Amino acid sequence: MIDSVVVIVVHLVFALAITPVLIGVMRTVRARLEGRVGGGIVQPWRDVLKLFAKEPLRAPGSSPVLTWAPLLLMASSLVLCALIPLVSTLPLAGVPGELFVVVSVLLLGTVALAMLGLEAGTAFGGMGSSRHMVFTALVEPTVLLSIYALSVPAGTSALAAIVRSRRDDLSTLLNPVSILAIAALIVVVIAETGRLPVDNPATHLELTMVHEAMILESGGRDLGWLEFGSWLRLTALLGLTVNLAVPWAVAGDASWTALLVGVAATTVKLVAAAALLAAVEVFLAKLRLFRVPELLAGSFVLAFLSVSASYLVF
Amino acid sequence: MSLTRLLSMITRTGTMTEPVADAPIEIREGFVPPACLRGSAQVRHVDAGSCNGCEIELGAAFGPVYDAERFGARLVASPRHADVVTVAGVVTQNMVEPLLNTIDATPNPRVIISIGDCTRGCGVFAGSYAVAGSVDDFAEVDVHVTGCPPAPEAIIAALRAVTRR
Ligand code: SF4
Repeated sequence: MIDSVVVIVVHLVFALAITPVLIGVMRTVRARLEGRVGGGIVQPWRDVLKLFAKEPLRAPGSSPVLTWAPLLLMASSLVLCALIPLVSTLPLAGVPGELFVVVSVLLLGTVALAMLGLEAGTAFGGMGSSRHMVFTALVEPTVLLSIYALSVPAGTSALAAIVRSRRDDLSTLLNPVSILAIAALIVVVIAETGRLPVDNPATHLELTMVHEAMILESGGRDLGWLEFGSWLRLTALLGLTVNLAVPWAVAGDASWTALLVGVAATTVKLVAAAALLAAVEVFLAKLRLFRVPELLAGSFVLAFLSVSASYLVF
Repeated sequence: MSLTRLLSMITRTGTMTEPVADAPIEIREGFVPPACLRGSAQVRHVDAGSCNGCEIELGAAFGPVYDAERFGARLVASPRHADVVTVAGVVTQNMVEPLLNTIDATPNPRVIISIGDCTRGCGVFAGSYAVAGSVDDFAEVDVHVTGCPPAPEAIIAALRAVTRR
């Protein structure tokens, strides 16, 4: 019980501390490749701290959704970070770390965002929400299927147990099942966190927006929760992917040395993955909206093949 | 462009950003930049009727050579996300309401920066029937950038007066 609490606290503190830095690393890598200096890796920290100091401005006649949706997104992202084996694979006592629980918590944040987009009643907000829900409908089955494929050799659908069994049995890392599933998962993470080529986080054109279009009407503290909440989702999903792909040095229990090694290892893995993601984005243009379902369908096929293959391999 | 050509261009170019030169700006008497904007200011730009000369310079200020982002300033897509409203040009009859709405939609504490000579005394457009007045007639301007068009250095200096970096 105590161990579980320690692990959850470590996960939350780790996620909260590393997330703005990750975003800062991504922005700096992009700026450097564009020939700029960039704001530095702590700039996102300054941005969110400033947002929390500002009064939220809500349109007259808006409903409580405008207030609650950002908090719901933030809360769901925090639960996500606590449940996903970012640092330690200790099975949490009394808290289900099942694949289905994690996906539904993810969906809760998505729905909060979509409600927020609809709330303002503007054309762009509704457009963003509908696009976001289309992507979600295509993304969720792939998440489920690809992790399901990885769960076959582990014999359980608890994420922590899957990561642990992959860490202990390295032979499961390099086989077609694992490679296909990880490839599908990477596409899904990119789509779910609104990165290029699915969505452009730096766009100023309302017609091309997906994530930005939903949060156009939030300001001040509300925006702070929204930004931090969606960044945490990036950390959680990226962390899950890197820990499934390269599960070395993830802590197996709640001892201090193991946790320290786990924190260091996950930091290195996350920063490397984020830098790689940002570097690849420089070479990509945003896909046409109607091509995105093709990309996501492709990732679903990969996940499906991976599930089929897992019955042949194991 | 092929991937290898793009890569070689990126490595050949390196970092373009130049150190900033100082430039004169006019700060309103008694203006204290809000404490929470130290190191981070999101900018929403309003073209209230400019000839677009100012917009080109503003674009340059956020480009690779001047790179306003290194001082914590960033352009955003919605006034709700902004801390700083920059206005360029004379205020035309049709832009009075959008300008006031944009300023109202920006959460407090906010800063208003006027860019270009047009925003003080209407410049070459003074007296036109399409012009409702200059920015000073409609809002309290905190920082004014002189020049027609102003140099990107001056725009950067104005943004740095807010972020103090
Ligand atoms: S100040 Fe000069 S460049 Fe700027 S909008 Fe006016 S006329 Fe154009």
